[in-house]
Amino acid sequence: MTRSSKKGPFVDEKLYRKVQKATESGSREPIKTWARSCTIVPEFIGQTFMVHNGKMFHKVFVTEDMVGHKLGEFSPTRMFRGHTGAKKGA
Amino acid sequence: MPRVAGVDIPGDKPTIVALQYIFGVGPKIAEAICEKAGLKPQVRSKELTEDQLSKVATILDGDYVIEGQLRRQIQQNVARLKDINCYRGSRHRRGLPVRGQRTKTNARTRKGPRKTVAGKKSVKEMR
Repeated sequence: MTRSSKKGPFVDEKLYRKVQKATESGSREPIKTWARSCTIVPEFIGQTFMVHNGKMFHKVFVTEDMVGHKLGEFSPTRMFRGHTGAKKGA
Repeated sequence: MPRVAGVDIPGDKPTIVALQYIFGVGPKIAEAICEKAGLKPQVRSKELTEDQLSKVATILDGDYVIEGQLRRQIQQNVARLKDINCYRGSRHRRGLPVRGQRTKTNARTRKGPRKTVAGKKSVKEMR
């Protein structure tokens, strides 16, 4: 089920304010965030986020194509190193 | 065999069925086309006149994305997901299910034929 359009996209308030402040001051500092469920809105374009994945922060530079996705989609939470005895280069 | 939309040559089936041989046309769109062109859905498609066929062609051209164009569109959407490095993109890249399905078992459509691993316990043995 998709979200009701009446509500608009879910955007983390605090993060949004932070982004506004950063754009105003023209700061290029990456913004550390845990708000993985926050939708990327056009205002975020050009900002760099450090998105937490439960362990570490992934650097995410927001481009126009990413609008509408969630921040968490760019910070994988699982790591797959391959199976034991898996052939290399297969 | 009549020809619509370039390469497609649906055979001696009812019009509504024959139209569905076009990539991007399913039951719903086929019905809509029949209605718009004023065709009887159950008439065999080989019995359609030149006039009717050209009518169908213009409707397909104007209102719907089909065949190569649709394939390209889909490919572009996937390429976009891969390009922005999101979760769905990485699933496409690895050829695994994209929408959160389980992969411990099943998921054979995406993963392809089973690759048996020597020494791996089977489901039966684990019980």
